[in-house]
Amino acid sequence: MITKEWPLYEVFIRSKAGLSHRHAGSIHAADDQMALDHARDTYTRRSEGISLWVVRSSEIVASDPAESAAFFEPAKDKIYRHPTFYEIPDGVENL
Amino acid sequence: MKKDEALIAYATRLGDNALVLAQRMIEAVTLYPELEEELANANFSLDYIGQARLFYSYAGNLEGEDRDEDDFAYLREGHEYRNVLLVEQPNGHFGDMMARQLLFESFYLPQLEGIEQCNDPGLAEIAARAVKEIRYHLRHVSQWVVRLGDGTDESHARMQQSIDDHWQFTGELFAADEIDELIAKAFNGPNLDSIRDQWHSNVATVLMEATLEKPDDTWMASGGKQGRHSEHLGFLLAEMQYLQRSHPGASW
Repeated sequence: MITKEWPLYEVFIRSKAGLSHRHAGSIHAADDQMALDHARDTYTRRSEGISLWVVRSSEIVASDPAESAAFFEPAKDKIYRHPTFYEIPDGVENL
Repeated sequence: MKKDEALIAYATRLGDNALVLAQRMIEAVTLYPELEEELANANFSLDYIGQARLFYSYAGNLEGEDRDEDDFAYLREGHEYRNVLLVEQPNGHFGDMMARQLLFESFYLPQLEGIEQCNDPGLAEIAARAVKEIRYHLRHVSQWVVRLGDGTDESHARMQQSIDDHWQFTGELFAADEIDELIAKAFNGPNLDSIRDQWHSNVATVLMEATLEKPDDTWMASGGKQGRHSEHLGFLLAEMQYLQRSHPGASW
């Protein structure tokens, strides 16, 4: 019986050059090197990535769901922050 | 022995080492310490099965007698298998598996690197693919040996015992016979003496980091490469071959 669990790590994968790392999931590992190996063997079996980051879940500082109203709601009624009020001049492509 | 016969025998041996170890690893697939480790080792086992298929298919093609990879895997008796004794050893506990893996792959990696440079393009191509897989396995298993050797008193003692227990099967890896010599000479294949040096240096490095003692070379078991196996292989093959033996030609 396992009485002591290995710590949890979060796994981030960069799928190709030029893109940023994205959160893929989490794994258990006893140390950092093992975490990289487990991330590789769990999340990149089907050529999902070219670079891996792992970080202990306990090291991540997360926002508190209880504070989400104060954190995120003030942005909701500030539609002027979205660049939707500009008229696109004729002849501008790729915008 | 002719060059071509040596090549067929050599490819078959490589396939046998890969397949028997793959079967051993997959036997333990639900017994590793964590789900992630099970995934890792299932993948490693599948790497080996992939290599075995390539080696067998290659041997079958050279032979020209219409034997395919399944004929090699499922329709040969124990004495026709030419794997080294090390890979057929029973799994034991996790430390035993890691010891077996470290001692075998420290040999197999330089062997593959040698084959990659040989002048038989077919064999070199298979080795070039396999070498990347084994390089990763060896990294993974080396970490485990260090972790357990340099761990608690209990894990240290057990890891040391595992290394000691498997040491007697390492002499055979470097005992060149007619086939090894022909492959080295006629195809510029791997030289077992230089592989032995690389093996000693890699194993010594890992053991030192793991605070483990390198056992003395005393009596060494041999015979696997000539088809004289321990009783363990018979049980392994019985399980692996059961379906094809009971229902010949069965397919999914």
